[in-house]
Amino acid sequence: MLTAEILARIQFAFTVSFHIIFPAFSIGLASYLAVLNGLWLRTKDETYLTLFNHWKKIFAVAFGMGVVSGIVMSYQFGTNWSVFSDRAGPVVGPLMAYEVLTAFFLEAGFLGIMLFGRKRVGDGLHMFATAMVAFGTLLSATWILSVNSWMQTPAGFSIGENGQFLPEDWWAIVFNPSFPYRLVHMVLAAYLTTALVVAGAAGWHLLRDRTNPATRRMFSMATGMILVVAPIQIIAGDMHGLNTLEHQPVKVMAMEGHFESHPEGAPLILFGLPDQEAQQMRWSVEIPKLSSLILKHSLDAPLDGLDTVPYEDQPPVAIVFWSFRVMVTLGMLMLGLGLWSLWARYKGRLYDWPALHRAALAMGPAGFVAVLAGWITTEVGRQPYTVYGHLRTSESLSPLDASAVASSLVAFIVVYFFVFGAGTFYLLRMMSLPPGTERMGLRDGPIRTAGITPGLAEDPRERSD
Amino acid sequence: MLGLELSFIWAGIIAFAVLVYVILDGFDLGVGILFPFAKDERERDVMMNSVAPIWDGNETWLVLGGGGLFAVFPLAYAVVMPALYVPIIAMLLALIFRGVAFEYRWRTVRWKRLWDWAFFGGSLVAGLSQGIALGALVQGIEVENRAYAGGWFDWFTPFSLLTGLAVATGYALLGATWCNMKLEGRVQEHMRRLARPLALATLGFLGLVSLFTPLQDAVYAERWFRWPTMVWSLAVPVLVALAAWRLWRGLEQGDDRAPFLCALGFFVLGFVGIGISFYPMMVPPELTIVEAAAPDESLLFTLVGTVVMVPIILAYTAYTYWVFRGKIDPDEGYH
Ligand code: HDD
Ligand code: HEM
Ligand code: HEM
Repeated sequence: MLTAEILARIQFAFTVSFHIIFPAFSIGLASYLAVLNGLWLRTKDETYLTLFNHWKKIFAVAFGMGVVSGIVMSYQFGTNWSVFSDRAGPVVGPLMAYEVLTAFFLEAGFLGIMLFGRKRVGDGLHMFATAMVAFGTLLSATWILSVNSWMQTPAGFSIGENGQFLPEDWWAIVFNPSFPYRLVHMVLAAYLTTALVVAGAAGWHLLRDRTNPATRRMFSMATGMILVVAPIQIIAGDMHGLNTLEHQPVKVMAMEGHFESHPEGAPLILFGLPDQEAQQMRWSVEIPKLSSLILKHSLDAPLDGLDTVPYEDQPPVAIVFWSFRVMVTLGMLMLGLGLWSLWARYKGRLYDWPALHRAALAMGPAGFVAVLAGWITTEVGRQPYTVYGHLRTSESLSPLDASAVASSLVAFIVVYFFVFGAGTFYLLRMMSLPPGTERMGLRDGPIRTAGITPGLAEDPRERSD
Repeated sequence: MLGLELSFIWAGIIAFAVLVYVILDGFDLGVGILFPFAKDERERDVMMNSVAPIWDGNETWLVLGGGGLFAVFPLAYAVVMPALYVPIIAMLLALIFRGVAFEYRWRTVRWKRLWDWAFFGGSLVAGLSQGIALGALVQGIEVENRAYAGGWFDWFTPFSLLTGLAVATGYALLGATWCNMKLEGRVQEHMRRLARPLALATLGFLGLVSLFTPLQDAVYAERWFRWPTMVWSLAVPVLVALAAWRLWRGLEQGDDRAPFLCALGFFVLGFVGIGISFYPMMVPPELTIVEAAAPDESLLFTLVGTVVMVPIILAYTAYTYWVFRGKIDPDEGYH
């Protein structure tokens, strides 16, 4: 039965899942662009400028999609989750206001100069603007993750007579228990995602032409990044999980698929089919005691299972269980790719090992999948609450007819697939062109002479970017 | 006591954010609304290039308006958003189409026309829905038990449609006078010619809306004809007339800047008028500013950041406008 609640949840999940794809890419790409521009100014090596101009155009499209899908998010709290907004507004509202004031304006204000202004303001200020855009994306992630983490592990508040959450201690609210872990894990995820995309694009070009210095530079930078960040991400994820065990043990039970309590050491369930109705794991493949070792650092440590939790307080186990495994598997594959590239570098074959380039290409989208899987683990694992332990999802909803939510959901689905589908196509087409392609292969500026564009190669510094 | 003052300061700040949004995004939405009137692709290119570096910053004021409301008047946010569900969703979808068009139309040859239409349609629908939302708010919103108590089509009335058309027309006027200021040659001529009928239409709508507003709620009429606000109700028509005269003369004499500034003046004056009608309500007819406000801790915490950040934001926004000052060079091209 599609109630207004289910529809609103589908709508939130749908729009935020689209939204997060773009920040995950643009946070990393903004920093990459700042680095490229800095290296170009420092070394005057044309390759960096070529790469900067190439990825800048891609960034502009992805950033635009991030902005428009983000505006939807910030209004959706009010349209679909008005009770949540009324109750939690005094706590999370100010944090989101700070995000707008410190981050969104910064990005938007300097984006214009970064994209259009190099000639007008000179290299120095242009570098400053580029750095500010990158800094803005990181600040934005900081605030919104503080909001999200507060909803996961609420702290520093009391509950007023009218049911509102009242702020008591802002420090405790902003730096709530899961925030540092979530911030680190998400920013690393964004960097990994971007590195994988860049490596994938470079792999694609290396399979066609191994000599282009810009592609080679791209591949080397990106695989180096993966090599460094992937292991850190795995360690950060492990620490994040331990933190979750402390504050949201039920979520961890779902991630691990532990329906039963294990007083003498819990097994690590590698795979299995969770059956929540029957409250058991079918066809499971287990390693005895390993889960206790990972989570409690002791083989025989007792671990509670979902049998200690009333059915109506359990999150949907199968979704959490599987999405968690998708994320971890991809994390391991990313580490593998990083190590392979290290080996290739050592062997001097980084640029002529087609199997490696093909693997990089195949892993190009892996970051997005891992990010989505991670968020699904986090958010579905928080159910049935929006503010963990205090406000149920079923109580957060706006007083809306199911028909209203259904119509807007259909509209969002149609528009998002059309608009973001077209955008993804343009992004892929741009990435499939080697860096330095004149005007991305299209007539890119105004028509100069009666509709005929001279296809001359220009000096990159003379270009209007 | 402190709480009382804080909530009024905040009502002022939110009103300021919304006003800044309306006058900044107003002209770039207006440029979109005028897109079909451009003679050819080259004209559309320069029109779009005149706002491309700044539109994102302009639109961020909308996020501040919504986010600010959420932070300091959560109850108002929680009541207004479901009440205006349809216009808000329509606006969001429209902003998607027009926002992506800035980049998409340079990334394709075959579909460039399609994104031109997306830019036009998105801008028009966004302007209409903002006006409709405004009208619906003026009509009043039914509240019970801290929640919206009406149906999902209550906003739909002749009055809200009138305000929708008024705002969209006003935006088009802003867009035309902006193009007159930033562009040169044939397209400037053309936009200047269009500005005249648009100015007349905007004035007509302004008059109609002022006429019908007191009918929405007897309290409005009383507020307008009560001392000391009456001074203002007398002054507004005079000031509007003055601005209209200056705008007309500016168009005749080929001034670049005056018509745009006068068109902005219309919006400021209209906005102050709405402020007078509302005060001290946050969501008429039931919810006052004080009732809707978040607890003092939230107001104060957010105020500190706002007082520090808004001047900084205004400074670098001004700097961006200054960097991209002057007429658009048609050969400068896209990034
Ligand atoms: C500021 C708060 C916030 C933030 C940053 C996020 N979410 Fe969330 N999420 C919510 C606040 C929230 C919520 C309002 O609390 C929802 C709506 C309904 C619900 O159950 O919780 C929710 C639900 C929700 C659901 C549906 C869960 C279910 O109904 O079982 C999914 C799949 C996601 N979210 C995914 C995400 C993703 C991919 C995010 C990355 C951007 C994300 N969320 C960030
Ligand atoms: C559900 C929660 C979220 C809301 C309400 C939200 C809101 C927004 C809004 C309104 C914008 C547009 C800002 C502009 O006009 O420039 C935006 C963009 C952005 N958001 Fe979100 N967001 C959410 C989740 C996230 C998360 C989880 C992250 C990062 C971890 C994130 C990072 C960003 C970034 C970096 C941008 C800049 C645009 C871009 O990079 O594409 N957002 N978001
Ligand atoms: C392989 C090792 C990894 C481990 C052990 C791990 C662990 C975790 C855990 C336990 C959570 C849930 C935390 C909670 O909800 O309280 C989580 C969430 C998440 N993971 Fe991972 N992760 C790993 C790899 C990755 C990779 C490779 C990515 C992306 C590139 C990623 C992206 C995310 C994201 C975006 C979230 C949601 C945000 C958050 O809660 O931090 N993870 N991860």
